[in-house]
Formats: sequence, structure tokens, C-alpha cells
Amino acid sequence: MADLRNNFVGIKSPNPFWLASAPPTDKAYNVIRAFKAGWGGVVWKTLGEEGPPVVNVNGPRYGAIWGADRRLLGLNNIELITDRDLQTNLREMKQVKMDWPDRALIASIMVPCEEASWKAILPLVEETGADGIELNFGCPHGMSERGMGAAVGQVPEYIEMVVRWCKQYTRMPVITKLTPNITDIRKPARAAHAGGTDAVSLINTINSITGVDLDSFAPMPTIDGKGSHGGYCGPAVKPIAMNMVAEIARDPETHGLPISGIGGITTWRDAAEFLALGAGNVQVCTAAMTYGFKIVQEMIAGLENWMDEKGHRSLDDIIGRATPNVTDWQYLNLNYVAKAHIDQDACIKCGRCHIACEDTSHQAITSMVDGVRHFEVIEAECVGCNLCVNVCPVENCITMEPLAAGVMDQRTGKPVSPIYANWTTHPNNPMAKVAAE
Amino acid sequence: MPEGQFKEGIVGGRLPAEQYADNFSDLHPPLDHHEALVESDRCYFCYDAPCMNACPTSIDIPLFIRQISTGNPIGSAKTIFDQNILGGMCARVCPTETLCEEVCVREVAEGKPVQIGRLQRYATDVAMAENKQFYPRPEPTGKTVAVVGAGPAGLAAAHRLARHGHDVTILEARPKAGGLNEYGIAAYKSVDNFAQAEVDYVAAIGGIDIQNGKALGRDYQLSDLIRNYDAVFLGMGLGGVNALRADGEDAAGVTNAVEFIAELRQAGDLASLPVGRRVVVIGGGMTAIDAAVQSKLLGAEEVTICYRRGQEHMNASGFEQDLAAANGVTIRHWLQPKRVIADAGQVSGIELEYTALKGDKLAGTGETLTLVADQVFKAIGQSFVPAALNGSEASIELEAGRIKVDREGRTSLAKVWAGGDCIFGGDDLTVSAVAQGRDTAESIHRSLTQG
Repeated sequence: MADLRNNFVGIKSPNPFWLASAPPTDKAYNVIRAFKAGWGGVVWKTLGEEGPPVVNVNGPRYGAIWGADRRLLGLNNIELITDRDLQTNLREMKQVKMDWPDRALIASIMVPCEEASWKAILPLVEETGADGIELNFGCPHGMSERGMGAAVGQVPEYIEMVVRWCKQYTRMPVITKLTPNITDIRKPARAAHAGGTDAVSLINTINSITGVDLDSFAPMPTIDGKGSHGGYCGPAVKPIAMNMVAEIARDPETHGLPISGIGGITTWRDAAEFLALGAGNVQVCTAAMTYGFKIVQEMIAGLENWMDEKGHRSLDDIIGRATPNVTDWQYLNLNYVAKAHIDQDACIKCGRCHIACEDTSHQAITSMVDGVRHFEVIEAECVGCNLCVNVCPVENCITMEPLAAGVMDQRTGKPVSPIYANWTTHPNNPMAKVAAE
Repeated sequence: MPEGQFKEGIVGGRLPAEQYADNFSDLHPPLDHHEALVESDRCYFCYDAPCMNACPTSIDIPLFIRQISTGNPIGSAKTIFDQNILGGMCARVCPTETLCEEVCVREVAEGKPVQIGRLQRYATDVAMAENKQFYPRPEPTGKTVAVVGAGPAGLAAAHRLARHGHDVTILEARPKAGGLNEYGIAAYKSVDNFAQAEVDYVAAIGGIDIQNGKALGRDYQLSDLIRNYDAVFLGMGLGGVNALRADGEDAAGVTNAVEFIAELRQAGDLASLPVGRRVVVIGGGMTAIDAAVQSKLLGAEEVTICYRRGQEHMNASGFEQDLAAANGVTIRHWLQPKRVIADAGQVSGIELEYTALKGDKLAGTGETLTLVADQVFKAIGQSFVPAALNGSEASIELEAGRIKVDREGRTSLAKVWAGGDCIFGGDDLTVSAVAQGRDTAESIHRSLTQG
């Protein structure tokens, strides 16, 4: 039986599934329900400074996009950090940690970018017995207008400065949560690393407008006729998040820095993919907000089952396994040749592969052969682009079949070379490195 | 237990009064908004879609379904009506299981086609509920066309001619327009007086004058039309019913199924409509099923369809056969009627002979079977009655008993076109009649404008 126990920067939890800092972790009531359902840990919803709590809008906080049958694909929110009193949160955190000592409890924190503010709150949090802190440098709406959240996460120098203060004033492990609303995720990660962070977590939500009401011409969610960009999350953001995780994992400057992966994780498979790309554990929010806390049971069972099937005994056997395979385009093997192949028994003859290829790609799939509706790859035209695979509604009906070395590529009229060769040495590359004579 | 159920003879009121409305409610209830979105999402938007090719009116099915899925049911309805102005009725009565849905790639893949018929009904219902008219009536051309028969072929032809600016007069023999849509389809397929609503919707384009109660050969002659109009379209359908060719078939209680179906559709109170306790329906097509199922729904205790060939030869689709079975109708095969047994002139049973195929030829085996019956319906096909055409000065050419037309729908008489069930080559489908009416109207239009 696979061992799912997780040790993330010294913080232990029975499994790698944490609830991200968000509405599901705003108070003891929810967190206790989450622990009962089986979650390995929670990042408590972001705490602010002592004083009058923040206020939220009193209209819609969420917007969404849907797939078929209203399956929620993407969610955005304009909610702020906790709007409950700091002392109430701290009291509840302390009690919950006492009652659930085997679960991870992390405090998310966002206070003004001043040393005194951080110095003031850290001992209060430490006193709860929390296992660590997460610095909220990601929240993209509302708080960022006040110089916090993403406003800090978008300036690497500020990140480094605040991380340094935190490392100075607390013994708790520091996780720095990054915003994706930047051009190069490696820069803020490097800054956090330079400041001494124990880990980074990413991604926070993405600036977004989920829709426009075409009667009132107002963005959604709409508050009294106006809207503001919210933070986008859910299954739709997963590919963006995974790339950012991989970028940090394979960056020589941050390689080895622990990463808590966040972004659209909905199933065990999503989690496994994040772990493979280098995340040390994962955080989940939208899936729980869509289906309730029970989904963690599917995640745990699914991950265990897959690990058992593949013979992976512990999380360390899978974390980062895909990282070395993430590379730059220039290093991809240009001598690798694959061709689409259509399984005629599986084909239902919808013709989508044909029209996608015919209208928008390389005219490499037939629609009619000898007067009969028939879809077949014309190998002499196929560049192996994979578009047909992606538009085919039948799983595994169209597959990409690599050509073995020596086999004739009918498109180029040349045999497939067995030698790895990439753009850096390609004759068409004016910058090609020419081997010494 | 209602006392009427086991009463001998042909009587009404076999069921509790409240049961009738339930029994004759919508066979396929309409999809609601969300159901339509979910179902429309199942469509793969196929290239050169097989469903579209299978539709006799060539409706762009993938496009209209996509328009539903994007929240544009009005645009969807226009896509449908562009090809088939009777798309609302076709959505209800088309045997989709042998047309578009049979070739749906999801039927091929998983035995569960996209419910094209129900989606078509969804879109057309939305447009018709707000009487959305898509086709402006152009300036009248001054040309006049007489259309004989206000059935699917005649209505489709009239609408297309009106779209081109011609003035159309429809002459309908029956008291109401609609043809088989009004008189020839099981009540549970066209509830809420839909056929008349559709006639009104079609005629709302303008330039169409429908005159009911005007029968060809009785109230006017074909030669009158040829003289008084620029063109004539014949779409009068089939007026005759094939005989059983069994002894004693003139006994009371032996009825044409089409007349029973028409009477049922026109009945104000179904409870007062008489039906036998034991009903035998002779035939194997849609009409046989419609008569049998509705007999059962009126409270007949035993309903048996007897068809002279095998199950695989039945014209009724598999869906229709299942519908009959689900309603408690027994379908028996390889039986042909031999003799109607009567008691004091009233049918009391029917003697049938078993049949077998000898080579290609069907023949009785000599073995017989007698079923007790107090009502027998004849549903063995309809025939064209050419007598009404005799008033034309030159006779119109027939082929195999129906009007002969060329590819454009032209008959052997100048200025006279024909379409629908009355022509040779008609396939007794509403949707085919619509296609013929529409295309023939285009031929008429070309002739009127190029002349």
C-alpha cells in the first residue's frame, strides 16, 4: 500500500492534500468538517492586521464559466481576506490545532508592507501552535489596490524584503504564495528564495472577467451595475499553474526549493501531475467549493491506487519525476517523426478530424474514399501536429504513432534519422552551433 | 374498475373520465431549456453530417443544434424553417429513428443518438410561440397559383410560392386545413391543436388564401384551375383505402383505420368515442400502429395487429412497434385476412390464414386461425383516387395508379405540377411531402418568372 504521508518543509500531514487559503478555511466550523472528511491540512483564510476587519461587497462575490450540463470549469471571486476579527481567528486556530494535532494548519497572512506590521502579527500567530505561515502575495483584487497581496507579489524586491522580516521574526516555516499576474514567474520565486523562504506556493488567482451581462453591459459578477476584475481559479487555470510550477522547479536558481502546487486541482490525477512536475504537495479550493469536502476521499483513494499500480511506494518516488523532461523548445528532437493513425474500428465517422485538418491545418485526412465516407490519414501530408487527436470525440481513436528510425517519412521522402538533433544545430538556424571541423 | 372496460361491442366510456387526458398526452414531452442545452451539447457538429443527408428536406441539423447550444433558438428555428416550413410538425411526426437519428454518429457509436427531433421541436416551439415570422412577403408578382389540398405538400408549396411574391389559393376538400397532420396522425403526436397552429403560422406570411370545403371534381374542375390561374399544384394526397379482399368485409364494425384516426383527432370528447372490446388491426405500417395504440388508449381490452409478412417487413419503425408493445398491443405476423365473421351483420370475429414466402411470392398455407373481434380496422394502405381529375379537358398521365411527374414535379399537363403522396414515387412521409412541395414551388416560380 502506497504511503501518502507528506512532509513539506518539516510540516507533517497524513496526505498531501491541503485546503488552500480561501472561504472553505475561514473558520473552525468549516475546517473541522474538512478534517473529518480527510483533508491532510488547511491554510487558514488570510489574516489581516488587528483592528477593524475588512468588509466585503454585499452582492455577488463569484462569477463562473461552465461546460456542458453546467459543469463548472472556471470560477472567479472578488472576496477579500477574512472579514472576521483577528482574535477570533487566532482563538479558533489554536483550538483546532490542539484537537487535530496530526493535521497541518498553516496561517495565511497579509498585512501592510511595513516591518512593524509583520513583526506585530507573527508572535500572535506563532502562539496558536500553527505549523507554518503562508505569505499572501497573490490576492489580485481589492487588497492589491491597498498595496498588499498581488501588489507585493508583482515586485520581487518587496517579496524578498518581507520574506526576510518573516524569517527574522518567527521560527515557523515560511511559504511564499505567488501571483501568476506577472510575466516571468521565476523572478518572484527567485526573490522569495533570496529572502530565505522555506517554500513557495502557486498559483494564486488570475485577473479575470468571467462574463459580460449583455443587457446591462456590465462585467460579471456585477455589483449594482459595475464589476471589477476578480481572481480566476478552477480547472481552467490548471495548465497555466502547472507551467509555472515547472518553470520554478527547473530553474537552476530555485531548483530544489519546495513548492506547494495550487491551481485547478480537482482529481487525484491533477494532483499527481503537479507532484510529478515538482510540487511537494498540493492545495485545493475550487473543487471543494464546487463539490464539498468529500472529494478528498476520491483524491486519496485515486492517488493510492495509481501509486500501487505503478509500484510507487511514497510521495518521494513521484515528486519531481517529470521535471527533467520539461525543457526548452530548442532542445526538442527535430528528428522525431510521428504520424496520426485512425483506428477504423473505433472511428464513428463524425468527420471532425477531416474538417479540422482540411480547413485549418495540412489537408492530411480524407473524407471520402472510393465514394464512401472514410477518414484516413494521408501520411505524405501529415506533419504529426496532433490537432486531429485533440478534436476527435472518441478517446484513443486517433493516436500519434512515432516512426521508427530508418522508416521512410512519406512527407519528406527521407528515412527517419536515429540521431537526436535539435534546433541549436539545425542547418536552417542562423545561430546554429557548428561542430568544429 | 370502470364498468365500461369489459362491455361487449363498440362502445364509448370504457375508461374513467380523467384517464383520457393522460392517455393522449404528448408522446415526447418537450425538452425544457436546460434539457435542450444538455442534449444539444451532445451533437458533435459533424462534417458533411450524415443526419443532414438523411433528412428529406436537408435541414442543416448540426447548425441548428449548435444555435440552440449557444442560446439562439430563434436563429435555430430559422435554420430549420429555411428548409422546412413545417419543421414543427416534422419534429413531432418524423420517424427520426429511420431518418436523421438512425445515422447520427452517436447512434453508431453508442446506440443513443442525439435527440434531433426533440431539439427541432424545442427551437421551432420557441419561434412559433412568439409568432416569429422570418420571411417577408415581397411585392406581389401578380401571378396566381392554385394549390389543391392543404396538406404538408400543399402548405409547403404555398409558403414557398408566397415567399416569391405569388398569390396562392389553397383549395381544401375537408372542413380544416392540414391534411394528414390534422386528420391522419395519432393524437398523442400532435397535442394542443398544433396542426391548426402550424397552418396559421405558415399562412401568416400573407398572400395565401385557404378555402376549406372545396373538393376537386365536386365544387370545381381541374380545367377551371388551369383556365383561371397561372399555375396549379396538385397535392391532394390519397383518397382511397385498399380493400381487405376478404369475405364479409362489409360487415358493420369493419372500419378504415384512417377514418378512425381522423374521427379521434376531431373528437371533442374522447370518452364518447366508441371502440371495440376486442380490436383487430390488419396492416403493418404507421397507420396500423396509430389505430391499434389509440384503440388501446381508449380502453379496448385486447388489441391485435395482424400483418401478412414478417416483422422485418413491417413499414412501421422499430420505435413504433415498441410503442405498440409497450401499450399492450399484440403484433402477430404471417397472417392474412380470409373472412370476416359476422353475427346479425355485426362483426364478431375474423378468420385469418397463415402465410409463408415461397421464393419471392407470399402465399397462404391453408392453415387458419380465428380471432374474436368486435371491431376490425383496415390499415393496408391507401390509394390515389383519380376520378376527381376527370374534369380536365385532357387527362393527366398516371403511373402505377398515381400522378406521374418529372424531376421538377411537372405533370403531363402544361401549367400543372404535383407533389406529396398523390405522385408516383411519394413515400408517404410528411417530411418528403414538404420537400416535394417546396421544390416543386421553386419549379413553378422559375416557370412563372422566366416565361
